[in-house]
Amino acid sequence: MIAAAVLAALALACAVGAWRLTSARWTWRAPRTAILLWQSLGVTWGLATTGALLAYALAPYGAGVVHGLSILLTGGEFDVREPHDVIRLCALLSGFTLLAVLVAVLVAAGVQTLRAQRRHRMLLKLIAREEPAVPGVRVVDHPGAAAYCVPGLKSEVVISAGTLDLLSQDELDAMLAHEIAHARERHDLVLLPFGALLRALPWSAVVRDTQASVALLIEMAADDRARRYCSPKRLATALLRFGAATAVPTPHGALGATSGQNVMARVDRLVKPHIDLPPHVRYAVLTASAALAVSAPLLWLLPA
Amino acid sequence: MDILWAQSAPLTAREVGRLIEDRDLAPTTVMTVLDRLSRKGFLNRTRDGRAWRYEPAESRDAYVTELMLEALDLTGDRSAALTRFAQAVSGSEAEILRRALTELEEQ
Repeated sequence: MIAAAVLAALALACAVGAWRLTSARWTWRAPRTAILLWQSLGVTWGLATTGALLAYALAPYGAGVVHGLSILLTGGEFDVREPHDVIRLCALLSGFTLLAVLVAVLVAAGVQTLRAQRRHRMLLKLIAREEPAVPGVRVVDHPGAAAYCVPGLKSEVVISAGTLDLLSQDELDAMLAHEIAHARERHDLVLLPFGALLRALPWSAVVRDTQASVALLIEMAADDRARRYCSPKRLATALLRFGAATAVPTPHGALGATSGQNVMARVDRLVKPHIDLPPHVRYAVLTASAALAVSAPLLWLLPA
Repeated sequence: MDILWAQSAPLTAREVGRLIEDRDLAPTTVMTVLDRLSRKGFLNRTRDGRAWRYEPAESRDAYVTELMLEALDLTGDRSAALTRFAQAVSGSEAEILRRALTELEEQ
């Protein structure tokens, strides 16, 4: 029973923590650290919520969640005698359902992403061309501005002909450094579970803000990586020029209302003096993330 | 693919092979490529006697548009398939960005 209570408290703490973190601004000063914190918050929330339900349901075995599940699955009896036991049965079913839904949305999102990437690569093979001015980059003949990376084992950086005309050579280099950072650090995989969660819970404001925060943080992480190889000011002007050129006349459902603000936030980070988060704060956050990530699996094992 | 896009009528593998100029491709290679493209849905084929005639399923522009919609994240599925340089912004926001750009360049 104690394990169930602690897991429930942990799940609640994660939800409150996520809600607080969506409006935090220190995260912009250490995007990589903040991304790790988000990841451990997400994993812990999932394990704690399902764990709390299962721990409550399996409490009579007195063996913890993991052992309790193995007893149940190897033919242990699940007595339903009193009204109280019905609640336990409901907890068991909802615990299993939630776990299955979380795993299923993750797998579905992974499969869908892979499929979309494969189709995109195939189209690029048919349409895109090489350009001597930007070696190793695929160019699509379209006057609009576009620049992105198709991540994968062999990532491909793609820009439109419009972008080639829009940006100067320095700005192009800065933008490419940004895209290569995305590809190297596999930011798509970082974002994937948060996008999957959003698809499972589209009405949740916290989940929506979480996905948006993480999406912005990976952009900032890529900016930080890129500025090592190019002038931050060039990256900033590239961002502004590019952002202004991608403007779409009609508002669209897929478009975040804050995307303009996000571009400005990234530009501000690049042109204003950069203050990193003090190392001791960063290490404290990292330790907390690690402790958080370990806590839920331990509580699953705890026989209580 | 470019050759098929350039033609108005469906072509057979032999005709495509003849149109590929500077490369010395075996006719079977051309056939294999056409066959694979049609199985992936990029080409439609129709029987013509003993040969297949191929034509593009979509115009080149349609594919370019598809790529660009995905590139600008306007397909609405919020997929994590691509990582973009910057998200598309609305018209009024673009004005703010333009002003910031002018300021930054004057510095």
